[in-house]
Amino acid sequence: MAFYVVQFLTGLASAASLFLVASGLSIIFGVTRIVNFAHGAFYMIGAYIAFTLTERFSGAFGFWGGVVVAALAVALIGVLVEMVLLRRIYHAPELFQLLGTFGLTLMVEDLVVLIWGPDDLVGRRAPGFKGAVDFFGQNIPSYDLFLIVLGPVVLGILWLLFQRTRWGVLVRAATQDRDMVAALGVNQKWLFTSVFAVGVFLAALGGALQIPRDAVHHAMDLRIIVEVFVVVVIGGLGSIIGAFVAAVLVSELNAFGILIFPKISIILVFLVMAAVLIVRPWGLFGKPEAAARKTPGLTVNPWRPLTSNERLASLAALVIAAMLPLFAGNYALTVGSEIAIFVIFAVSLHFLMSVGGLASFGHAAYFGLGAYGVAFLAKMAGLPMIVCLLLGPLLGCMGAAVFGFFAVQLSGVYFAMLTLAFAQIVWSIAFQWVSVTGGDNGILSIWPEKWAASPSHFYWLALGVAALVTVALRIMVFSPFGYALRATRDSVLRSEAVGINAKRIQWTAFVIAGTTAGIGGALFAYLKGSVFPDNLGISLSVDALVMVLLGGVETVSGGVIGAIVYKALNIWLVSQTDLSKLVLGGFIVLIVVVFPKGIVGMLEMLAQRRRKSSPPGSPLIAKPIESAE
Amino acid sequence: MRAKNYFVGAAFALLAGGMAHSAVAQEIKIGEINSYSLLPAFTEPYRKGWQLAVEEINASGGINGKKLVVVSKDDGGKPADAQTAANELVSSEGVAMLTGTFLSNIGLAVSDFANQKKVFFLAAEPLTDAVTWAKGNKYTFRLRPSNYMQAAMLVEAASKLPAKRWATIAPNYEYGQSAVAVFKKLMSEKRPDIQWVDEQWPPQGKIDAGPVVQAVAAANPEAILNVTFGPDLVKLVREGNTRGVFKGREVVSFLTGEPEYLDPLKDETPEGWIVTGYPWYSIKTPEHDAFLKAYQAKYNDYPRLGSIVGYQTIKAAAAILAKAGSTDTDKMIAAAEGLSMPSPFGEITFRKIDHQSTLGAYVGKTAQKDGKGVMVDATYKKGADYLPSDAEVEKLRPKD
Repeated sequence: MAFYVVQFLTGLASAASLFLVASGLSIIFGVTRIVNFAHGAFYMIGAYIAFTLTERFSGAFGFWGGVVVAALAVALIGVLVEMVLLRRIYHAPELFQLLGTFGLTLMVEDLVVLIWGPDDLVGRRAPGFKGAVDFFGQNIPSYDLFLIVLGPVVLGILWLLFQRTRWGVLVRAATQDRDMVAALGVNQKWLFTSVFAVGVFLAALGGALQIPRDAVHHAMDLRIIVEVFVVVVIGGLGSIIGAFVAAVLVSELNAFGILIFPKISIILVFLVMAAVLIVRPWGLFGKPEAAARKTPGLTVNPWRPLTSNERLASLAALVIAAMLPLFAGNYALTVGSEIAIFVIFAVSLHFLMSVGGLASFGHAAYFGLGAYGVAFLAKMAGLPMIVCLLLGPLLGCMGAAVFGFFAVQLSGVYFAMLTLAFAQIVWSIAFQWVSVTGGDNGILSIWPEKWAASPSHFYWLALGVAALVTVALRIMVFSPFGYALRATRDSVLRSEAVGINAKRIQWTAFVIAGTTAGIGGALFAYLKGSVFPDNLGISLSVDALVMVLLGGVETVSGGVIGAIVYKALNIWLVSQTDLSKLVLGGFIVLIVVVFPKGIVGMLEMLAQRRRKSSPPGSPLIAKPIESAE
Repeated sequence: MRAKNYFVGAAFALLAGGMAHSAVAQEIKIGEINSYSLLPAFTEPYRKGWQLAVEEINASGGINGKKLVVVSKDDGGKPADAQTAANELVSSEGVAMLTGTFLSNIGLAVSDFANQKKVFFLAAEPLTDAVTWAKGNKYTFRLRPSNYMQAAMLVEAASKLPAKRWATIAPNYEYGQSAVAVFKKLMSEKRPDIQWVDEQWPPQGKIDAGPVVQAVAAANPEAILNVTFGPDLVKLVREGNTRGVFKGREVVSFLTGEPEYLDPLKDETPEGWIVTGYPWYSIKTPEHDAFLKAYQAKYNDYPRLGSIVGYQTIKAAAAILAKAGSTDTDKMIAAAEGLSMPSPFGEITFRKIDHQSTLGAYVGKTAQKDGKGVMVDATYKKGADYLPSDAEVEKLRPKD
């Protein structure tokens, strides 16, 4: 019996650490709507700075002072980031801030190694909380007890702050309806900055308090960021109490789950999230999001098919691309094939995100399923390559059909997080089912047949498929189905009023996007000759998001350009420099600041300005946009 | 005018090409891939190790008079990116062979690439047995003692313990799974009286150490096998120490004696764990002294195990190239099979039967000295003594 009590308390201590970080993320998202990918980075910097301070100044005062000072210092960094970077992009398309914070995270990961060195750092134990308390023969670390108390205390302070201060009232009001708060004359700039600072402070405090339990190292951020997001979503976005309950739920399920299923930890949080979201689409304590007040088409230039000149130009670009094997070597061709495959992957997500307004955080699942489909068919059934390429993506299609059905019942970030949960579930199956998938050692030796084996042939194959897929999706965008899909994106209510079955249209779009991603994955399996669970992983999903955002969400061809730029740059940087993450992150941040509509979005804006300044015909194009504003 | 420009350009290109060609003739390029950005704690000392080796080789006249050049790439911890890097090294840099890799899945991906493209691959670090056995191929050699070998070394010591009730803690991925599987198999063969009372599989890098430690303690084992390393190990040790879980229990632990993983523990280093590792401070052989001196002189830092692996990988590559007298893949394979060479740990041989080197490891006990973790009573275990019989190996390895 004593054991179960101790296990419960241990779970509570884990929950407290998780809650500190999660609460900060929840507050930031609730008010600013920023999906703060850099939250984990702030957590990590908090731990590093606290490590330095507590090593430098010993004693109780040195330790606790160090922890608090570290959190304050990081909060200051947060304020800087908010003022210099995020303020510029609040009006950018939704999720664009994700791109900026992602760039920051990449930079921080390299920076901490540059500053603090590559070794894992182990800090001091907390003065006064070094030992353990005996509980009927079981030991409970006293630091755990401290955390168990700290969690509810922080919750209480936050509650008082939100319920009993004017600032708190404003924050709650902004969480509910920030346009109204702005209309009432509240200075949003400082409200957002202060909220961001509080959120970052909590993240850094959470990191600093890990010093007595954990090692400080450069991958701490990724270890926590996804889990924290999950906790926030389970609890309901913007709900502090929800975050607390979710943290306790997840931690306790883990503490007791491992007694029965020792391998459960790897997937538990995602299972819980999927279950919660299917039953409660807005999380445990969340409320349905108020209908968006934005005018449909507010920021979007009206989409149009390419003019015949533009078509000719695209064709010319394709022909030039197809001539690459005439002068490029094998390596360039293989890189070219990889980029072509990522174009397929990016346009498939772009179709879902831009046309359907459904941002998936787990799109790699369908890419990877396509790859595994090929691997199964080629290795187990021994089918020829062409058959594998045709049938392999069907696995992606099936996955998308099943998961898409549940996912499209939700919207916004909840949709995104449910897709993430499904992707992680698929990933963990690939990872754990060693006898079928080979586990993390993957499935090897899936090389192309002779006709496609040479790098030039494979390049033409990949390029051809990429061109076909891109054209097919474009045709779909301007088909009646595409219009219906865009209608559901712009206004669910109005589209339903004209008789569009929104869920069904969105589900279809999800399946189309999943199948297309599967085509990319199938080619990828042959390009690399192997399939690994990585092909389904979070980092690949994030890559896809970054490509789409970089290209421009509100454009028709953003996916293509984003994929080419990001993938080419990534491969080149990794090959050229040891600090590829720092440079790539810096580049992304720069793009975010300079091109807040993405690369293609910016080009379109420039083109439009030019058209505006040249008199004939321009008023007709410019007017509807202005009037919409 | 335009034609003239073109001509000048072409002449210049020819000239440049000619110069490049004459430079190439004087050097041999080796490609090297590792997870530099993902695992800097291991790969930084590793990089220093191979850079030292390159310097030594070129200072003593290079390889048959040619200068050795190592072109190094980061794989970011992803098999797919490792293949991109391998492709660049082979197709674009024209390297004679590939070396390196840390993670098992990346080692396998590059090994499969080597097999497909018929390129020589010397795997440095990946521990999975599959590299040389189940998925072995004729192009792939491996330097470090495999999972099986390290397990066998630990079992030798562990089987002498009186403990009968054993629990295991291992990261939930291939390395942890196969380490536990081999250890259990070899242990149960030697000690049929042993009971396996609990197993814990925390996700790699994400251990929630408190509940894991508590769960293991609840099964009341007499001994614990640990396979976690890095930050996970730190958390495990801290929770275990505070909760007194290691008190009165024997612990056998993979890799924990390596400076990369032992040094961060400082004054929390547990006493008396039986571990594999690298006690650089207590190895007193002429080969190691020479290495240690050169390393400390160059870097003003002490070597980690990664330094040894990096150093010996490039030394081995050079020895293979020197014996082959050519960069032809088949000749290098023929030269490498059965090739013996000196190493900081004594002479090692690349076995013909499975392309595994006989590099061994040190087995000893952990202890604290002046608030730092050290390995004591360490003895070197030769790799050759901990491999299964040739007949068994032939069954494990597919025919080329």
